[in-house]
Amino acid sequence: MKSLAELKAIRERMQNQVGIRAEDHNHIRVVVGMATCGIAAGARPVLNTLAKEVQDRGLTDKVAVTQTGCIGLCQYEPIVEVTAPGEPKVTYIKMTPEKAVEVVNRHLVGGHVVDEYTLGAADIR
Amino acid sequence: MPEISLNILDVAENSTRAKATLVEISIIADRTADRLTVVIEDNGCGMTPEQVSQVTDPFFTTRTTRKVGLGIPFYKYAAESTGGSFSIQSQVGEGTRVTAVFGLSHIDRMPLGDISSTIHTLILYHPETDFVYTYQVDGNGFTLDTRELKEILGDVPFTEPEVSQYILDFLIENKNEADQGAVI
Repeated sequence: MKSLAELKAIRERMQNQVGIRAEDHNHIRVVVGMATCGIAAGARPVLNTLAKEVQDRGLTDKVAVTQTGCIGLCQYEPIVEVTAPGEPKVTYIKMTPEKAVEVVNRHLVGGHVVDEYTLGAADIR
Repeated sequence: MPEISLNILDVAENSTRAKATLVEISIIADRTADRLTVVIEDNGCGMTPEQVSQVTDPFFTTRTTRKVGLGIPFYKYAAESTGGSFSIQSQVGEGTRVTAVFGLSHIDRMPLGDISSTIHTLILYHPETDFVYTYQVDGNGFTLDTRELKEILGDVPFTEPEVSQYILDFLIENKNEADQGAVI
């Protein structure tokens, strides 16, 4: 049985390092739709992949990953919206964990929108 | 929904949207009785008797963006199609309890799926909500209460990478121990 004692040790190590990471207006906001439509389409692994990549690449000072309810475009779920300060919102549709890694690399790190995964690139009739 | 754990995530997300400060999720598998019982209970805003009677109707929703709401109807169908049962008890201002009972070995029962990931997601993205999660197989299991975590962590957030990983490991390792090789 894994115990809570380990957590106490983590806390002791962390104690002096936190409190400086309050969200501010300079964050890039990454929002994942997590209503029935998003969850059924596979939003949970997309959200977890985004959060893990952002952590692993040390972007937590710059990028905030959060979730929201139904965005209203259920047929395009899983949807990920990226809003960088001073830039128009980018809506990525039909996301997968693999596409999420690419968005982190090319958009959040590289600064270039991954056009082919956006709503704008979808063939809408 | 391919997994019961995704239904649980869906219903618990509704609890957080109902402004619950405490959400209790319990998953009890009993192989002798051949039952899997999933209870999600919150202290959110609750529903009127009228809303409770309508909530299993796919063409009822409180949302204004669209005319359908499929979360609860999906979940109810998933339980009832395994010879199980489904019920909702709710009171305005008190909270809501959603109980689903599945026939454990029924051929139509979806697998529980990645429940540890569901609970981890709920805990991390709703830091203001407290969660009490219980998982049991044939009487062996564990409970995680985020109020205890908060007491230990103080001002260190769940999203701190080491803490987040610890919580996920805690959920997975203790579930494996409770399962003892069984796949629920």
